[in-house]
Amino acid sequence: MIEVDRLTKFYGNHAAIRDVSFSAEPGQILGVLGPNGAGKTTTMRILTGYMPASSGTARVAGFDVFEQSLDVRRRVGYLPETPPLYAEMTPTSYLDFVARIKGVSRGDRPGAIERALHATATDDVAHQPLGTLSRGYKQRVAIAQAIVHDPEVIVLDEPTIGLDPKQVIGIRKLIKGLSSDRTVILSTHILPEVTQLCDKVVIISRGEIVAEDTTDSLTATEDLEQVFLRVTTSDVVADEEAVAESTHAEPDDATADAGEEE
Amino acid sequence: MNNVWAIATKELRSYFLSPIAYVVLSGFLLIMGFMFWNMLAQFSRFVAIYSSMQQPGMLEQLSLNDMVVMPLLGNMTVVFILMMPLLTMRLFAEERASGTDELLLTSPISTLEIAFGKFFGATLFLCVLLGLAFAYPAILMYFGNPEIAPILTGYLALLLLGMSAIALGLFASTVTDSQIVAGVLAGGMLLMLLLINWPADAVGESMGAVLRYLSITEHSTDMMRGLIKVEDVVYYLSLISVGIFLSQRSLESLRWR
Repeated sequence: MIEVDRLTKFYGNHAAIRDVSFSAEPGQILGVLGPNGAGKTTTMRILTGYMPASSGTARVAGFDVFEQSLDVRRRVGYLPETPPLYAEMTPTSYLDFVARIKGVSRGDRPGAIERALHATATDDVAHQPLGTLSRGYKQRVAIAQAIVHDPEVIVLDEPTIGLDPKQVIGIRKLIKGLSSDRTVILSTHILPEVTQLCDKVVIISRGEIVAEDTTDSLTATEDLEQVFLRVTTSDVVADEEAVAESTHAEPDDATADAGEEE
Repeated sequence: MNNVWAIATKELRSYFLSPIAYVVLSGFLLIMGFMFWNMLAQFSRFVAIYSSMQQPGMLEQLSLNDMVVMPLLGNMTVVFILMMPLLTMRLFAEERASGTDELLLTSPISTLEIAFGKFFGATLFLCVLLGLAFAYPAILMYFGNPEIAPILTGYLALLLLGMSAIALGLFASTVTDSQIVAGVLAGGMLLMLLLINWPADAVGESMGAVLRYLSITEHSTDMMRGLIKVEDVVYYLSLISVGIFLSQRSLESLRWR
């Protein structure tokens, strides 16, 4: 269903991801786990046809994301990191618009909208402007737009970020329910989310895959936190060094400034 | 086509769900109304003067088209050009700022469909604006006896001019995520096209002809007199095509940045 083979993406001279490869099957929830800035969003954006890779290939639902981008986009539902909502629209009119541009026929649209609203428990705010809704509702409507056209693959980029605990539980239940016959890719940096939801995990660090396995195998001998810390050690060490450098640099600079003033 | 229509109708609805539609509509109609009233008052003064002079020949020469409609539409051109960036600045800059561009660019629609959809959405709003502004010539038709054909071609000139301004404004809106920058950029481009013929007399015959041809208002003058020339229509259609083409290229380039 999803086959990613040695994907690399450069922004100028900087490689956001390098030789990333993984796969996921129908019915599976794949967690892409990694620290902030590891390259998760870049990977998600390539898989959804938002941007092309610099090299490597990715096939989603049997189609190449670059060569057959429109076919891929027809079959993928995508929740970007920032919910793509129009504040002045209501959930109903918004989902109608999304269903139209995703190619849902006029006859099927009312049913599709109703199903998406019901699945995300947003029926009760269906006619309120999106700009007036709480963050939890906004996030759920954003998930509704990702499933309104009944896609084969659903890509969710940080779906629970910034939500309160009750909302997080609700969204996690919702994601679990989506996976019965679809492939779901979930990018996150929240460890419990992966253990609770995902069948398979890919850990990405500094743009490279550092671990890939089923959640059960990965957590058989140690818990996910230990695995994560072990495989992303270089990140942690680099971050600590950066903090140490900046705290040491400040007093020196201050002394130098004071010296100049004298 | 279905995708273009979906985006166009969404845009039109968005205009009326935000204050911008009402600000532009009321501002435009108020300014136009003020000019209309002044020109009509002047026309009435001339009628009164010539009537008192008891010279029927001179009275017959007074024309509502020449003294009211043509100068009204001619003056409105400048106001029109300055107002168009208010309509176009949000078209794509707002999508980029709020992150909804990711929805559009990951949907099974082409960037050309997005550009056309945005363009037609703003054009539909323009039609509403011109439709309401037709109230002024309608008043003349009700109380007076103006020639209708030049009024219609004058409105066609405003429509083509407005569509050209929308296409260029749309392009400006695709290059930045700041609505202000998009508005200033669109205003600058339109102002340049408005003023470009100023040095025409000083730069020699052939160069002068080029500058005059490029001027956005030069091609509306004859149309406002009732004369539709192919070269004028081609000029506006070219501007529209260039604007939409550049917008599509700019949208496509977002994927590569």
